[in-house]
Amino acid sequence: MIDKNTPVDGLTIGGNIYEAGNSVKFKTGDWRSVAPKYIPENCKQCGLCFPVCPDDAIPVGKDQKRGDFNYDYCKGCGVCAKVCPFKAIIME
Amino acid sequence: MSIRERLSGNEAAAIAMKQINPDVVAAFPITPSTEIPQYFSTFVSNGQVDTEFVAVESEHSAMSACIGAQSAGARAMTATSANGLSLMWEMVYIASSLRLPIVMSLVNRAVSGPLNIHNDHSDAMGVRDAGWIMLFSENNQEAYDNLLMAHRIAEHKDVLLPLMVCQDGFITSHSIENVELLEDDKAKKFVGTYNPDHYLLNNKEPMAVGPLDLQAFLFEHKYQQAEAMRNAKKVILDVSNEFEKLTGRKYSFFEEYKMQDAELVVVCMNSTAGTTKAVVDDLRTRGIKAGLLKIRVFRPFPAEEIANSLCHAKAIAVLDKADSLNGAGGALFEDVVSGMYVNNKYVPTVNYVYGIGGRDTTTKDIEGVYFDLQKIIDNGDIGNPYRYFGLKR
Amino acid sequence: MAYNLKEVVADKPSRFKSGHRMCAGCGAPMVARMVLRALKNEDHAVIANATGCMEVSTFIYPYTSWADSYIHTAFECTAATLSGVEAAYQSMKRQGKLPKDVDTKFIAFGGDGGTYDIGLQSLSGAMERGHDMVYVCYDNGAYMNTGIQRSSATPHFADTTTTPAGTVIPGKMQTRKDLTEIIVGHHIPYVAQTVPINNFKDLYEKSEKAIYTKGPAFLNVLAPCPRGWGYPTEDLLQMNKLAVETCYWPLYEVIDGKYKINYKPAKKLPVEEFLKPQRRFKHMFKPENEWMIEAFQKETDARWDALLKLEEITNREE
Repeated sequence: MIDKNTPVDGLTIGGNIYEAGNSVKFKTGDWRSVAPKYIPENCKQCGLCFPVCPDDAIPVGKDQKRGDFNYDYCKGCGVCAKVCPFKAIIME
Repeated sequence: MSIRERLSGNEAAAIAMKQINPDVVAAFPITPSTEIPQYFSTFVSNGQVDTEFVAVESEHSAMSACIGAQSAGARAMTATSANGLSLMWEMVYIASSLRLPIVMSLVNRAVSGPLNIHNDHSDAMGVRDAGWIMLFSENNQEAYDNLLMAHRIAEHKDVLLPLMVCQDGFITSHSIENVELLEDDKAKKFVGTYNPDHYLLNNKEPMAVGPLDLQAFLFEHKYQQAEAMRNAKKVILDVSNEFEKLTGRKYSFFEEYKMQDAELVVVCMNSTAGTTKAVVDDLRTRGIKAGLLKIRVFRPFPAEEIANSLCHAKAIAVLDKADSLNGAGGALFEDVVSGMYVNNKYVPTVNYVYGIGGRDTTTKDIEGVYFDLQKIIDNGDIGNPYRYFGLKR
Repeated sequence: MAYNLKEVVADKPSRFKSGHRMCAGCGAPMVARMVLRALKNEDHAVIANATGCMEVSTFIYPYTSWADSYIHTAFECTAATLSGVEAAYQSMKRQGKLPKDVDTKFIAFGGDGGTYDIGLQSLSGAMERGHDMVYVCYDNGAYMNTGIQRSSATPHFADTTTTPAGTVIPGKMQTRKDLTEIIVGHHIPYVAQTVPINNFKDLYEKSEKAIYTKGPAFLNVLAPCPRGWGYPTEDLLQMNKLAVETCYWPLYEVIDGKYKINYKPAKKLPVEEFLKPQRRFKHMFKPENEWMIEAFQKETDARWDALLKLEEITNREE
């Protein structure tokens, strides 16, 4: 993996990257000052929070149901909590 | 058997492009290069090439589209002049930094302002540090030959840099000369196919091009470009040798014309070399040891080889068809003298700015330069090294 | 097939990955992600991106957030760059240089700076030439990447760093350019204006139409910027909703020249509802500045009325 100490011969030419979507290796969770808390017992799996997360930090399974937040990426913006009609997400 | 045709420089360039048969051509008309995309569009309309011609709305978009196409995995070409190249300038740098072997026909013309459509080299000199390989062509034949060699050089794995083939606007672009053309199949075989390792349209390996490249990386990426430019020297010679085997026409970094025992030497590029050859021939009949060093490869600049070629001269004049307006001499002059200095060669050298905005360059003018050089030798004094000829004053 | 958000999210993996560095609560990532979800899973895509917030946050060497092929060249030439990619595809496909069974789609993303302003010529050229591509403008109404300078998409009276609400000049004194209409004037097969609201149906369906309509297509998508607009980050979807309910940002599409307004509020909310929560319009609520709200309302009404008329005229039976 290329990092800031990689010598010149180890860098791809032109700044190309051949590993699409590799930013998942870069964690943005430490940006967070407040965190959403998922309360499954209140969740009706309505789906309103699925698409609003700017950071794709709400995992949705093949069963079309969400799981707990992926705190590796959640930046704590609170958009999900605001759109939840069932108090299944609280910010703390 | 090669084919002999009477062609203008623009036609010769367009025919080279037809034989290369690039996947994409994106271009915008500008005098004097307009004819190249015009001729080429006819080839497209008549199904003589497989190319997708993108009739962009500006030169900035022409180079942008070439960058997109070449990144996508295609061979992309364009043609322009002067202000067209100026408008492209931002993308010219991006093309080389993305390491895309795009090939451009640059039909040299004065950059505005004031507006002028005639030949000088101010357009090319404006991009001399842009990371493009720059080949100059004395005549229509060379414009054709350089284009046929272009992809082989640019696409070489040790290079991967864009390349421009320059020729003089109107002087060669619009003059008809006899040109020896390769047969289509031979040209095609020589140029070969483009097989990039990585490209956007490869669905098996999606890739990302053009990052935000911050302090930890940009320096190294620029060094890689510089290395590629250094590597290009060997590749240019190899490809030129192969081309010579095929055509009998010899190319190197530069052409040494009657240089063996030359004492008075002119260094210049493009069509002025033809005029200078006539003067050299004439002076030689009069017993004057005149010679010419015609630069073909301006980028990468073959500094050491030029220094070795010039070191036996007694006086040198470097002709710049663009004024760098820096108070210290033209671009070619500065490169030549710094090449000499670094390689520990000293020969009295002067600079002439000439031919600006299409001002005629006559044999009389060039002859005057040689006479000036003789005076320098005779007097042992360079005088003012920053000179002009053809200027009314 | 009827739109089902849960199905879309479950069956179509995100092609805009986590680990990007756009601001918390930014309105643009969910737009890009949903647009890309409209791609069929089996289709390859090449994304072009103008210099701007999105580009400098999603491809910082050596990390890319794009699961598809991606190219960024410069600010003003995204459409031209993608034209070249698309031309390469047409040419190479025709020549048999690419696999026959793989379809590739071409999608550009640019902010309002890169689209309404510096990139307008490049966009116009690409739309006119008829490349098979979709250009998506995520319009956050100013040059947010460089620190909230006005653009031609900035709404009337907005306080930006180059149109500061001062004692003599109270913000941006010009109204907003209507880019969607400019692109309609190119007579391309598909133009739409949308914003993510509710279950994102409008955005998804328009993206799908844009991507799978042959020829050029254009989507103008409002993308609130909490920093530039001055509202709490969590109110993102509320901002979108208010923009639609006040008719500041009508949802409509133009298919082969025929207008279709996708949502007509039963009762239009006054523009104040959209303006009030935003710091950039704060000065409009000073008592002496009431005229500004009136002017804003008048402009919004006029544009909405014109749109209603366009819908009527273009759908009239001969």
